Amino acid sequence: MLRNHYKLPHIEKRLLPNIWDGLVLMIVMAVIASLAWGAMDMDVPYQFGTVISISLDPSHLPGYAVSTVIRMLLALMVSFIFTLTISTLAAKSDAAAKIILPALDILQSIPILGLLSITVVGFIALFPDSRLGPECAAIFAIFTSQVWNMAFSFYQSLRSIPKEWQEAAAIYHLSPWQRFWHIEVPFATPGLLWNTMVSMSAGWFYVVASEAISVANTTITLPGIGSYISKAIWQGDSKAIGYAIFAMFLVILIYDQLLFRPLLKWAETFKPDTLEGETSTPSWFYDLLTKTRLFKYLSVIYQPLIEFFINPPRFTRTKPAYKTSLPSPKLARWGRYAFNTLTALSLLWAMKVLCDFMIAEITMDEAFWVLWLGLITGVKVMVLIVLASLVWVPLGVYIGMRPNAAQICQPIAQFLAAFPANLLYPLVVILIVKYHLNINIWTMPLMILGTQWYILFNVIAGTSALPQELHLAIQNFGVSGWLKWKRLILPAIFPYYVTGAMTAAGGAWNASIVAEVVEWDGQRLTAQGLGRYITEFSDQGDFPRIALGITVMCIYVLVLNHVLWRKLYRIAENRFTLE
Amino acid sequence: MSETTLLKVENVAKSFHTPEGQTRHVLQDVNFELKEGEFVAVLGKSGSGKSTFLRILAGLIKPSNGTVFYKDNPVVEPVKGIAMVFQNFALLPWLSVLENVELGLEAQGMNSSLRRQKALQAIDMVGLDGFESAYPKELSGGMRQRVGFARALVVEPELLVMDEPFSALDILTAENLRNDLMELWQEQRIRTKSILCVTHDIEEAILMANRIVIFSSDPGRIHTSLNVDLPFPRIPQSEVFHSLVDKIYTVMTTSERDRLALTKAAAHRQKTDVKHPEYAYRLPDVSVSELTGLLEAMQWHLKEGRIDLPALADELHLAVDNLFPLTEALDMLRFAKISKGEVKCLGAGKELAEGDILERKHLFAKHLLEHIPLARHIREVLDLKPNHRVNEEQFLEELQEFLTEDESERLLKIIIDWSRYAEIFAYDYDTGVLSLENPQ
Repeated sequence: MLRNHYKLPHIEKRLLPNIWDGLVLMIVMAVIASLAWGAMDMDVPYQFGTVISISLDPSHLPGYAVSTVIRMLLALMVSFIFTLTISTLAAKSDAAAKIILPALDILQSIPILGLLSITVVGFIALFPDSRLGPECAAIFAIFTSQVWNMAFSFYQSLRSIPKEWQEAAAIYHLSPWQRFWHIEVPFATPGLLWNTMVSMSAGWFYVVASEAISVANTTITLPGIGSYISKAIWQGDSKAIGYAIFAMFLVILIYDQLLFRPLLKWAETFKPDTLEGETSTPSWFYDLLTKTRLFKYLSVIYQPLIEFFINPPRFTRTKPAYKTSLPSPKLARWGRYAFNTLTALSLLWAMKVLCDFMIAEITMDEAFWVLWLGLITGVKVMVLIVLASLVWVPLGVYIGMRPNAAQICQPIAQFLAAFPANLLYPLVVILIVKYHLNINIWTMPLMILGTQWYILFNVIAGTSALPQELHLAIQNFGVSGWLKWKRLILPAIFPYYVTGAMTAAGGAWNASIVAEVVEWDGQRLTAQGLGRYITEFSDQGDFPRIALGITVMCIYVLVLNHVLWRKLYRIAENRFTLE
Repeated sequence: MSETTLLKVENVAKSFHTPEGQTRHVLQDVNFELKEGEFVAVLGKSGSGKSTFLRILAGLIKPSNGTVFYKDNPVVEPVKGIAMVFQNFALLPWLSVLENVELGLEAQGMNSSLRRQKALQAIDMVGLDGFESAYPKELSGGMRQRVGFARALVVEPELLVMDEPFSALDILTAENLRNDLMELWQEQRIRTKSILCVTHDIEEAILMANRIVIFSSDPGRIHTSLNVDLPFPRIPQSEVFHSLVDKIYTVMTTSERDRLALTKAAAHRQKTDVKHPEYAYRLPDVSVSELTGLLEAMQWHLKEGRIDLPALADELHLAVDNLFPLTEALDMLRFAKISKGEVKCLGAGKELAEGDILERKHLFAKHLLEHIPLARHIREVLDLKPNHRVNEEQFLEELQEFLTEDESERLLKIIIDWSRYAEIFAYDYDTGVLSLENPQ
């Protein structure tokens, strides 16, 4: 018996759109129109050294906002493509994984802002007579701030696909392509989406820096909120700063409501089981979309498209029923030898290039000096993590124990995480100058501004994951006050806290590049540290020294990650994980 | 029943190599033939390699030795014509029932309208009509497995292999689903020519199969092949059925006893051989509370000091792969004695069952030190040390000379668990130190 509604979807008689169609159409058209308007002037002729003037008139802000949004969307798209290809390669091939995984680990510790001045030159050379050069550099910077955790998340998902599914895919002869789209991508979607949201916040932090790139004593500006802010900072226009903050708030809100919330709601389909107590994400836009008739009819178009995409006729070859031989192991062995030789050769080449590049310019003394600067910044990062923990751990626990409070605080914290440090420059400079404060100490908060929220997020998550039963048991025995913290709360949130603190520390290193040199209204205050070293030589366009600074910072982050954070994490996993 | 051979397994063996150069044999010398029209049930306790056997047949795992022939062609990867039903269903949660069922057809490159038509027929056949658009998470366990069956049957396999398909379901649901499957099979409403089903439930095997293959463990091999000629429907309450259950229990316990005897003989033989100390032998993975619990329960089922295993298993709702490790442990510790289809409770066993906490610990410690060489060995080493402290790594290294890394860890974990209960020595999780002192 075939049911009517399970025949291929066909269009019913009533094709008249309903009111929801109209609403959605308006929203979609508005988005598209504004994006097109922004994209039009991206490909204008450009000469290195030409200054694109930025107007602080708030009427230009919507246009700038759209430009910035386009850059972020493009960066996000590139990140997705990178994730889907490179992570898949790493997950499928052990040989590739040997290179890709450490590379990702190193790349995510590289200070993006320091790298910017190098990449911009490369991109300008690539597109000599067009603004595409600096545009690509900016997009590349945003991309590098977003992509690594997405790539890791996807890789981990691919590696943890339940064995039974893999067996089912093999038994029913799914092709690798079908397996990818039917099993692997859907399985990885929830984790990838969550990481994309975190990445978006990070992206905002860097978009401000990447739209106004100063290299070789020239400032390249691209129209966008970021350059608007940097001009406002340079001219000391606090009103314009206010407008910029408001515009950013609006854009982030729209992003959240129109893009991420519907996606989160949609991604719930991909979770195997809804856990108890887990509430579904409310999204008015998603509900609106599903109410439209257009959306329903769209399935007539997109279902065959998806069908064609996943099961392309040309690639769905009919395999011979029996395969009698396996690929020869000899060939595989030769492949492995070739691969290893190639890796070793490229390593040697890389070492030679680095040596030529840096050693020719830099003395041993300077290298030690940079290491010392790194130590200063490192101490600052650690002090900040301790201070931030003292504030956010108790607050996070407080919020986490009250589900209602958590629902309100989560989006606020997410917005604050996207808040670029530059926006606080005026406040910091004014305070330091007025009260003659120590620059080294009082610029420190800027470093942790964007990343402290990771500690808060994770503590909230850890606290809410604590079973109600344990609270009741502890109450029953009359355990309270410090004893309760020592025996229940701190051990329970420890694994979550370590994750949060590790992320926060990594971000703080990166932020030192914008936090150790502070400008406002033509004044420039500098603190001591590796971040300042990188910033100052970026301004001068001294590439060997930028490279040295970046390398040293990268090494510090890597060493700390491996020696301190991962060790703590292992302890946390072994000892304090609730089963 | 035609006599055409559908599947033939020749001298198949499977072993895993560990980084330390140890080899663990999962399957050895397996020869097996499946004819068209047969429904074969594979029985064996956990660890007998029956699931590995099934996966080798299906082409999911390559055997280390020997060949599987499907219609005279060697199987080196999953073959068309064999479909599989999984223990935990293996449904994709983001696909609807219909889409899940279509998956195998999609892989064949079938066009979407034919695919849909066939999938709907299969869904109809397993009785899930009306749930086509539901997602797996909306369905109960039994209904999910029905989707699993539909997905397997829709590709019209000649051989259907099932890996404990009913063990994740409750008793009533399992029975209901099993009956429906048997109906499809016997009325030949499906094109499947043969079925092979791995199970650990003796009754289930008898209810369904024409032939039961019993695996013994360490390494897994086919111990007995038994034809079941009872007419359908088979009635578990009937006399014939009962005697068949008893017979299989006897075969399974005998196989266990043979193995134990072999192990002991090997241990004895190698005692003189310095290379392989007698303590490096595996122990059944059971907890002390399970052991004492079983002994207590046994006291209620005593018939002249003997216990009828099928009756006990039935009473306690224990499947064979849960029951046998327990009886084996009792046998090793000399609290009970296994013989043909029966367990005899020894005096010490009765004493243990009736003792209070302290008496129990005392008695258990005595038997542990007397009859389990590894416990004795560890205690002796600790006694000899001036500070009576040794890190677990030392014992792990000792064991790894003779066992794989996994085996060693498992063995040490069991012995630590038992010895902690018996207060033979103490263990500190954080440092991994075994000692004779009481925890601070």
